[in-house]
Amino acid sequence: MSLPPRASQLQVMACHACGLVLEDRFAGHGRCPRCAASLHRRRPNSIARAWALLIAGMIFYIPANLLPVMYTSLLGSGSDSTILQGVVEFWHGGSYGIALVIFVASVAVPCSKFLILGLLLLTVQRRSTWARRERARLYRLVEVVGYWSMLDVLVVAIVAALVKFQALSDIEPRSGILFFGMVVILTMLSAMQFDPRLIWDSEET
Amino acid sequence: MSDGELRTFPQWVICEHCDSVYQRVDLQNGQVARCERCLAVLYRASRLDVERWLALTIAAGIMFLIANLCPLVRISLQGLHNEATLWQSAAALAQGPVALIALPAALSIIVVPFLQIVLLGWILLFARNKKRAPGFAPAMRMLGMLRPWSMVEVCMLGILVAIIKLSSFLEVAPGPGIWAMASLMILITLIANRDVHWLWALVDEDTQLAEHKA
Repeated sequence: MSLPPRASQLQVMACHACGLVLEDRFAGHGRCPRCAASLHRRRPNSIARAWALLIAGMIFYIPANLLPVMYTSLLGSGSDSTILQGVVEFWHGGSYGIALVIFVASVAVPCSKFLILGLLLLTVQRRSTWARRERARLYRLVEVVGYWSMLDVLVVAIVAALVKFQALSDIEPRSGILFFGMVVILTMLSAMQFDPRLIWDSEET
Repeated sequence: MSDGELRTFPQWVICEHCDSVYQRVDLQNGQVARCERCLAVLYRASRLDVERWLALTIAAGIMFLIANLCPLVRISLQGLHNEATLWQSAAALAQGPVALIALPAALSIIVVPFLQIVLLGWILLFARNKKRAPGFAPAMRMLGMLRPWSMVEVCMLGILVAIIKLSSFLEVAPGPGIWAMASLMILITLIANRDVHWLWALVDEDTQLAEHKA
């Protein structure tokens, strides 16, 4: 089966902003004639930037899990809870579905993002030709699923806005949620910096 | 080598995910063009004409207003009542050392959806008359940038989780804002998760035609 030609073989490139196909002459210092975005063949410094953001995200994931994300007080007795304690609480309360949803959004999704992005970056650096189609699919999965991790941040926001009965009952956000939000944002930025076209560049040599 | 205009190939399309080059072909309704190399979606047939797209955008704008003005959830505990709107939810994070996280939260559930609706409405209003809106190119680029940061559907799930979480120790009732939020979730998926590249082509051809005539 013969595959279609790649842009570099035809000496053309696409504008990353508007998709216009144009002659590959000014990459790096030209601008798209249609939308005026700067032109480059690949996202500049893609691998180094994606690694930096990914590693920062992984580091922040530690305090995000160890520090409490929420403080709940009810009739005088207050307690801090971390993300995992929140999951366990739902599970013991019999809400298995909700426990699962929060577990997936706050633990399974971020952890698989770390693994997948790390794998993609390592294989691209080694110019690996292994399972390219599957790796391309993994990247698209990360793009689609990534932002659902913001769930826990928004849940804390909503309950903290609602429960404000001073001495009777009160819910406040705690520092863990800041780190967790940073993890979500950093891994999203890392996935955006990664250039999936690099997966296929190994076939040219 | 001449320094003249760059040659462009508007009839071609390059896969964003692997750089494969294809000739653009017209699709029937519901058809999807996929890349043979990496199987990513190249583009889809658009089922919406500009008129309907604009109508849905305006509807999304109205739902956005309601979702922001009306309380999402009401709670009561021993005779005390409280309710929260979207804005209050984002502002509730702006306490003490975690205040910084209120910014991305407010952006993703309020500011970004608002900008998406306004920019798209602006572009479509002019596209209806086959014209390029003032600021068309930056508006289109901004729409592309905003898309991954729009989290209305995540917020909707968050509201449902919050309701279940609180219902274990106090009384919770949905407010009118929650229905607006649910409608907004559907509408924004319909209007924003759409292939906008053909808009470039549509408006482009028309301006080229206009230039030819002049």
